[in-house]
Amino acid sequence: MDHTPENNSLASSEVGNSEPVGSGVGSSEPMLLSLHGITKSFGAVQALQHVDLDIPNGQVTALIGDNGAGKSTLIKTISGIWAPTSGTMRWKGKDVHIHTPRDATQLGIATVYQDLALCDNLDIVQNMYLGREETKVGVLDEITMELATKQTLKDLSVSTVKSVRQTVGSLSGGQRQAVAVARAVMRESELVILDEPTAALGVSQTAQVLELIRTLSKRGIAVLVISHNLNDVFEVADRIAVMYLGNLVSHGPIANYDRNSAVEMITTGKSDRVPSSFASSN
Amino acid sequence: MMTRFRRGDSGMIPIVAGLIIMGIYFEARSSAFLSVGNLTNLAIQASIFVILGMAEIWLLLLGEIDLSAGYTAGLGGAVAVILVDLQFHWPWYAAIGAALVVSVAIGALWGALVIGLRLPSFIVTLAGQFGLEGCLIWVVDSQGTGGTISVHESVLYNIVYGNLTPLFTWIFIVGTVVLMTFSMVRKNASRSAQDLESQPALILAIKIAAMVVAGGIAGWVFNSNRGTFTKLDGMPYAIVVVGGVLAIYTFILNKTKAGRYIYAIGGNAEAARRSGIAVNRYRLLAFMLTGLTAGIAGLVYVSQLNGISDGIQGGTLVLYAVASAVIGGTSLFGGRGKMMHALIGGFVIATIYNGLALLQFGAAQQYIATALVLLAAVTIDSLARRGSTIVK
Repeated sequence: MDHTPENNSLASSEVGNSEPVGSGVGSSEPMLLSLHGITKSFGAVQALQHVDLDIPNGQVTALIGDNGAGKSTLIKTISGIWAPTSGTMRWKGKDVHIHTPRDATQLGIATVYQDLALCDNLDIVQNMYLGREETKVGVLDEITMELATKQTLKDLSVSTVKSVRQTVGSLSGGQRQAVAVARAVMRESELVILDEPTAALGVSQTAQVLELIRTLSKRGIAVLVISHNLNDVFEVADRIAVMYLGNLVSHGPIANYDRNSAVEMITTGKSDRVPSSFASSN
Repeated sequence: MMTRFRRGDSGMIPIVAGLIIMGIYFEARSSAFLSVGNLTNLAIQASIFVILGMAEIWLLLLGEIDLSAGYTAGLGGAVAVILVDLQFHWPWYAAIGAALVVSVAIGALWGALVIGLRLPSFIVTLAGQFGLEGCLIWVVDSQGTGGTISVHESVLYNIVYGNLTPLFTWIFIVGTVVLMTFSMVRKNASRSAQDLESQPALILAIKIAAMVVAGGIAGWVFNSNRGTFTKLDGMPYAIVVVGGVLAIYTFILNKTKAGRYIYAIGGNAEAARRSGIAVNRYRLLAFMLTGLTAGIAGLVYVSQLNGISDGIQGGTLVLYAVASAVIGGTSLFGGRGKMMHALIGGFVIATIYNGLALLQFGAAQQYIATALVLLAAVTIDSLARRGSTIVK
């Protein structure tokens, strides 16, 4: 149930970047994605204020915060729906500008939105390949796509789906989430972002999704999960990042947090229990 | 297919059954119904509803509609008739080409308004219906022939009244059945070879048998002499046109990215957009395809009418077209439908039209009967799907 906390040299007052130890591919490399000073305004409303966040390779980072804290806005900025008003992003050490969802996908960032963005009238294979179908001589190559879909679901240990030719509309919530995640994985993404993946799910479906997240992490894929559910977070995350009123007020390995300190940070923006690591100026 | 059936999606079986029952009823009441002459007429009447129905399906799949398609057809037909005769005397291919360009342009115009100005297609094409009716009246009347223009040119005339020879009729039918059988069997074989679910041999055999029977009946009906004074046999070219359009459109919808994207946009346009699909490009394409197909329907229509008149009932035509698509099983809300639906639905409408006329019922009964059939079809469809988990 619990992952082992990062051991190590994480003494107190760690500001911002805590290097990942062990786990995952490329742990000796710089952060997979680094955000510096990301600000996003909508007219007079400042949704994000100087957010600094590092997402290491191969680990599960949980982004938590109250409603309106800016979690979804941050995700949409990373996934290209919105361009930041100011600030920089570095992907694998190089400066990047993500202006459209396509830019993000091409880098290797896959986002699974809260509404899953699935077409209920299409089947699993068709949804998995939506927008990037395989063709042979201009004609859809159904067999290749179907075989690859079955293989991906198998690799992710998704066993509850009987036929990949079922329409997505006929699947349960957990299965739909699995299809959405599998679609992200199939694009050989290196960072998969999940926006409230368990929000609408029951107990066993939630367990399925958390297991899926662990599987992704074991495959070396970095996962960024937005969640309201601290139980899920403490089950599956390696790192936590807390947002409060548009600021990223704390981040670090999960060992530095417990439920109480996490709640305190979410509701007040600080906690006496955890060294509050500010990498930003306000 | 059996799992779909058990899940409540009985597909077209109820409608086809209904069609057969109607056929039996009409034949019982008037022995002329199943005569080869009448059946051929029925097929020609159906072909207009079928083609116009297929025109609507491009937009219905997106959850849109084109209420002006009847007049797009009329205007397209008028352009062809006028250019090919009167003072223009264009060669037939140029006149037909111009007609199709006009109808595509009309579709593109509606598409531009709907997409560019974000107006509902219902309203834009409703306005379009009035506008095009006005244009049609103006175009036809300004030729100075008193409100109607006859077709004299042979190619246009022959779309409906010209026929394949009996030999070519059989070649066409046998060729179609063989091609479809071959592709169904090949698809099944390559799927089983890869261990993917494929249709059981029994279902496949039933489908092939049904095609052979239908083809055999069609060949026999068309090739029997239906003339009264001179010999008249063979399949009208209009049927070939329907077959060709049906085949090409079904291919596009099932086998190409464009077709896949149209279904996706109709199912969840936002999901399609986030998958990187250029949603507005495919919506515009659909509007243009509707226009093009309406133009083709218009050519068959003016051939059957032997000309164009300023008084054609374009509003009624388009409603029959939408009814054809819906009776066949296409959803008005988008994401569900096939070109084959227009074929079945068009035949149902034409059967009602034809049968009631034979029994000398007037327009009143025709309209009421059509209304009842349409209501029955969507009710059966809705009740059947309520038991299933298929959305929309």
